[in-house]
Amino acid sequence: MPSIQIRDIRKSFGDIEAVRGIDLTVEKGTVLGLLGPNGAGKTTLIRMLTTLMKIDSGEAWVEGLNVDTEAQAVREIIGLAGQYAAVDENLTGRENLIMVGRLYHMPMKEAQLRAADLLGHFDLTDAADRTLKTYSGGMRRRLDLAASLVNNPPVLFLDEPTTGLDPQSRIALWKIIRELVAQGTTVLLTTQYLDEADFLADRIVVIDHGKVIASGTPQELKTELGDEVLEVRIRDISRINEATAALRSIGESQSVHVDFGTQTISMTLDQGVGSLPKAIRALDVAHVEIEDLTVRRPTLDEIFLKLTGHGVRV
Amino acid sequence: MEAIYRALLEKKWMYVVSDTLTMVERNLIRYVRLPQLLIFSTIQPVMFLLLFTYVFGGAIRVTGSYIDYLLPGILVQSAVFGAIQTGVGLTEDMAKGLIDRFRSLPMARAAVLAGRTLADTMRNIFVILLMFGVGSLIGFRIGGSVSDAVLAFAILLLFGFAFSWISATIGLLVKNVETAQVAGFIWVFPLVFASSVFVPVETMPDWLRVFAEINPISVTVNAVRMLLLGYTDAAETARLAWLAVVWIVGILGVFMPLAIRLYRRAA
Repeated sequence: MPSIQIRDIRKSFGDIEAVRGIDLTVEKGTVLGLLGPNGAGKTTLIRMLTTLMKIDSGEAWVEGLNVDTEAQAVREIIGLAGQYAAVDENLTGRENLIMVGRLYHMPMKEAQLRAADLLGHFDLTDAADRTLKTYSGGMRRRLDLAASLVNNPPVLFLDEPTTGLDPQSRIALWKIIRELVAQGTTVLLTTQYLDEADFLADRIVVIDHGKVIASGTPQELKTELGDEVLEVRIRDISRINEATAALRSIGESQSVHVDFGTQTISMTLDQGVGSLPKAIRALDVAHVEIEDLTVRRPTLDEIFLKLTGHGVRV
Repeated sequence: MEAIYRALLEKKWMYVVSDTLTMVERNLIRYVRLPQLLIFSTIQPVMFLLLFTYVFGGAIRVTGSYIDYLLPGILVQSAVFGAIQTGVGLTEDMAKGLIDRFRSLPMARAAVLAGRTLADTMRNIFVILLMFGVGSLIGFRIGGSVSDAVLAFAILLLFGFAFSWISATIGLLVKNVETAQVAGFIWVFPLVFASSVFVPVETMPDWLRVFAEINPISVTVNAVRMLLLGYTDAAETARLAWLAVVWIVGILGVFMPLAIRLYRRAA
């Protein structure tokens, strides 16, 4: 039995169809990354699966429990950590976790022990008895995640867990999520970041306008959708034609774009970063002086352009 | 406390009580951590009390001293204004995503609202006692029996509790902190001023007096006033006290289920 199963679920708000028939399966102990721009329907999908919102049509099961008809039982076995750190600002970290434990109807002693345990695990012991007003963004997110783990849930829903966090806190949170998965937790996470989905997810589903537009392992999607992009800024704009020709000559890709404003040429590296030396040699032979050179992953926008013919809607 | 809590967990149907207690505690901690919340919620009624006693009071004709007439009205007004905070607090919790957290937990559905309204009622105990104290300092004297005063106190608290549920319903409908603040006051203001809180309704024009007389705030103020001042017509006092209770039960009967329904569906 898969951990999460969704069959053709839909949700409209007035005239707007936020989710337009999504099917998904998440196997036990794996991470599914739901990737998409703002307004794609990611949060709506999570809210339906976590019983916060009624499903218009279709069905969904979490660990075999129907989210619509067995909502209370579903709530016992899921954890939810949101985009907005859903913790009480006026309470201390410890009080927040004890409160959640009590709302799971744990005996007081057990709730206290569990809170102390989680605070230690999330490196919050020193801040445990301070109110959340004094917490940094990263600490709040960690506490929010800790709160979603009070009941040791087999299934965890994370709605944009690292949006707005600094890189260090992001990586810290990623590590924690990986540990949980290693212990057998199933995770469904939404994100706007390609690198996050790449790092955490076993499978990625790309959604846009409430529909699945691509899915696969990160590797499959990368091969299919986007290779590294080489960007070269040249010193002398009058040499732009020679530079472009030199890059074309390495026979990599037909997609070479020139931006005269920034004097930058960008080219998709079909063979990956391995062909970087070839490109540099070709430019050198053509006597093109390089001012700046970068290799980067395709952006979400470029992937969307490729998948849908339009960029990410703003 | 711990023993009670443990006993409540024995029975599944008692979860609603234990969850409500947890929520009451959470809401009251706010006042301990932010005493200014409590101070500000008492400054306003104290100002009203002083303003009406010393500025307008001299121009208002009542039987007996004006402070005796005014204080019961101010007590009801304090309870009602306090109730507005219920809706505001709920929208704050919604905006911060806390309500989402609670709704994703297997806790009793009614506990978030019950915890909030009960905590606000407890805050009202404090505000009402303080107003009693300030009133006594400037000349208010209880004229009735102790048991009547206790009854008046109970009616005050229950009335505030009932208004908290109206306020909760409004908060859940508007879903926005600023709107809840404004929407909370606009309907309360006419109710408070077109009533017998500050002045006898006899001087009002007919159309307004009709409204002022059936206004639940007037009914409650009159009942509390008679109980506190020791009004000699016991039958009339009892009639008004019962009428106030009918209003309280009626408001709760409509707005409790309504608010809980809205909470379940809140998106």
